[in-house]
Amino acid sequence: MTLYLLCLILFCIGLYGVLRKRNIVKIIIGLGIIEYAMNLFFVLLGYRYHGRAPIYAQNQQILDMVDPLPQALVLTSIVIGLGVTALVISMAIRIYEKYGTFDITKIKRLKG
Amino acid sequence: MLTQNIIPLFVIIPLFSAFFISFIGRFVKKTFINAFCCFSTAALLFFSAFSISALKASATSVLVYTIGGWKPPYGICLVLDGLSVLMLVTVNLVAFLVCVYSVSYMEKYTDRTKFFTLFFLMLCGMNGLVVTGDLFNLFVFLEIASISSYALVAFGTEAEELEASFKYAIMGSVASSFIFIGIAFLYGFTSTLNMADMARVISEKPQMWLVPFVSVLFLMGFGLKAALVPFHAWLPDAHSSAPASISAMLSGVLIKTLGIYAMIRIFFNIFGITQALQSALMFLGALSMLVAVILALSQWDLKRLLAYHSISQVGYVVLGLGLGTPLGILGGLFHLFNHSVFKSLLFLNSGAIDYAVGTRDLKEMSGLRKKMPVTAATNFIASMSIAGIPPFNGFFSKLLIIFACIEKGYIGYALAAVAASILTLASFMKVQKFAFLGELKEKYAEVKEAPLAMQFSMVCLALVCIFGGLLLLPIFKPFLTSAADVLLAGRGYAGGVFKAVLR
Amino acid sequence: MIDSPDKGMSLIVKTVTRLTVGLILLFGIYIVLHGHLSPGGGFAGGVIIALSFVHLMLAFGKDVAVSKISKNFASNLESLSALMFLAIALLGFFGGSFFLNILGKGVPFKLFSAGTIPLSNVAISLKVGVGLFAIFLALVVLEGAEKEK
Repeated sequence: MTLYLLCLILFCIGLYGVLRKRNIVKIIIGLGIIEYAMNLFFVLLGYRYHGRAPIYAQNQQILDMVDPLPQALVLTSIVIGLGVTALVISMAIRIYEKYGTFDITKIKRLKG
Repeated sequence: MLTQNIIPLFVIIPLFSAFFISFIGRFVKKTFINAFCCFSTAALLFFSAFSISALKASATSVLVYTIGGWKPPYGICLVLDGLSVLMLVTVNLVAFLVCVYSVSYMEKYTDRTKFFTLFFLMLCGMNGLVVTGDLFNLFVFLEIASISSYALVAFGTEAEELEASFKYAIMGSVASSFIFIGIAFLYGFTSTLNMADMARVISEKPQMWLVPFVSVLFLMGFGLKAALVPFHAWLPDAHSSAPASISAMLSGVLIKTLGIYAMIRIFFNIFGITQALQSALMFLGALSMLVAVILALSQWDLKRLLAYHSISQVGYVVLGLGLGTPLGILGGLFHLFNHSVFKSLLFLNSGAIDYAVGTRDLKEMSGLRKKMPVTAATNFIASMSIAGIPPFNGFFSKLLIIFACIEKGYIGYALAAVAASILTLASFMKVQKFAFLGELKEKYAEVKEAPLAMQFSMVCLALVCIFGGLLLLPIFKPFLTSAADVLLAGRGYAGGVFKAVLR
Repeated sequence: MIDSPDKGMSLIVKTVTRLTVGLILLFGIYIVLHGHLSPGGGFAGGVIIALSFVHLMLAFGKDVAVSKISKNFASNLESLSALMFLAIALLGFFGGSFFLNILGKGVPFKLFSAGTIPLSNVAISLKVGVGLFAIFLALVVLEGAEKEK
């Protein structure tokens, strides 16, 4: 139970980073922490007592396995996170070229 | 040939088109790319029209396609019922007309190949989200559509577009992470991802705090995708900075499928709607209606004004759906279809004005009616529709929502809806006066009408606006009432899916 | 660390890279092909294959890496592998439904078993690998263009 709570605390730390930091790169890092916390939470959901890795091997009797479905879903989620991070970082580089700063309080041309 | 084999085609055709165009885009001429894209979206429109008749001809009112032959709950299944058919027709109709429009509009931008690749990926995500019957598959398609839209908003790579797209990307990713945590909680509790199976497990197992907690997470996540009022801050920037055809797609169909469709599918069919959820939806809807239309009164940028009105009309849809009565849900879904049509038309008009004149500022333009008659006429029709003037289609759907509010006794919400409608009319009177009526300025003396492809799309959408009210006639009404029945059946969706799989 | 992205790093790094780049590529291919027997599969293997080319670019400079996989080639290969994945999924239509596993299943735990899964792994690894390298190439080229101004 404490493990799940620690995952949610990590999520809140990432959320603090997205909300309160002024540098664009720190906001992207906060988004990365949010994604780590989410994936960790989902994989932890699949744990079973005395389970081992969910891989069949030849000539071995496997009694307990952890749940393999969250692992497949988290793999998909990691790829999605990679796509978003790549897109947002290239946008940050272009924003630096156009505005000359990484400070988000100065990137405010769209108003009202 | 079983009719349910057409269901995967809604995902296969856009996915194939996206990567095919990305591959051959450098080797062939421009006209081939244009023709291929229009043919592809026309094929999708044909199949979605065919699915209406396929659904009516089937014995049960639900068609289920199992991917790979794995029966649910072990495998992913694609489900086609009344609500999916309504959303499919809306999405593919707007996508076809926007694709035809983009053929000439993209002359102003570079790199047509990448534009159409991203456009078809977004379309694949939206179509897949509407037909799927599995909750994590819904999340994956939601992410495909969202990421493509982040890239499409930044397509012109000017400074303002990048800023708007960055804001949209960060807020959209945080919303997706809320949705993912909600799905994680649900999986941990029910140990299944199939929507029908999950509905069955939730109704059988007793749970105390899980469903309200996950409902709040989903309200936050999908509410941001749908741009309800506390979560609307990204929409004015993103929809005004995107190219006009993408604004039409985003405002017309993306916020509807990613936000509203996913939310009501989960709230009505999986959780079972409760009084608390209904009150929350109605309150957020009414708040969106009023706040957005008041903020729109002070806008002078045409596309920003239209974006604020999008938020307001989505508030109408959520108010109608939150009522929960048959009349309310019918009104909400009809307004969803109508808003896709007339808001896309308004954005395409603003794109035509931008293409011809080069500005979006209302104070700069005037008297364009003489030089651009088709644009002016279709803009007039769309403005009358969104303000709710009879006999256009907006009038009927708004009337249904107001009647449903009064029928259930919420006079305050009905008055709010009427007030928002009057303020919408005021806003669009301003647009008409400044953009089209009045004297033509000298610098616009050589302005020409928009090219033929753009005119074709605008006229088609205007025709749907004029004749949209006929959808309430008894011949066509099953199109809407079958969608409303799916939502009213609530958890009965699960029984329908299981029965259709077993045959 | 990198003083100029065109010339690469020092002589020690270049010598060690000549030895390890092939090994990393081979390791990535091993993880892809054994995706149905041991952990890994398409995505993890694809990332390792991409990393071998990034390693080459970091050590030798932009020009050597671009001569191995140019931008056009990366873009074409990416689209082709996505189309290949879709074609493998569509093969299932012959068997009955979309995405069905129609090739022979073979004996479990052998390399040539489990139907279309190894082919899907290869397609995914190509797309992911080339896609990641293309992203890196785009960011490095942007950086280079910025410094020239």
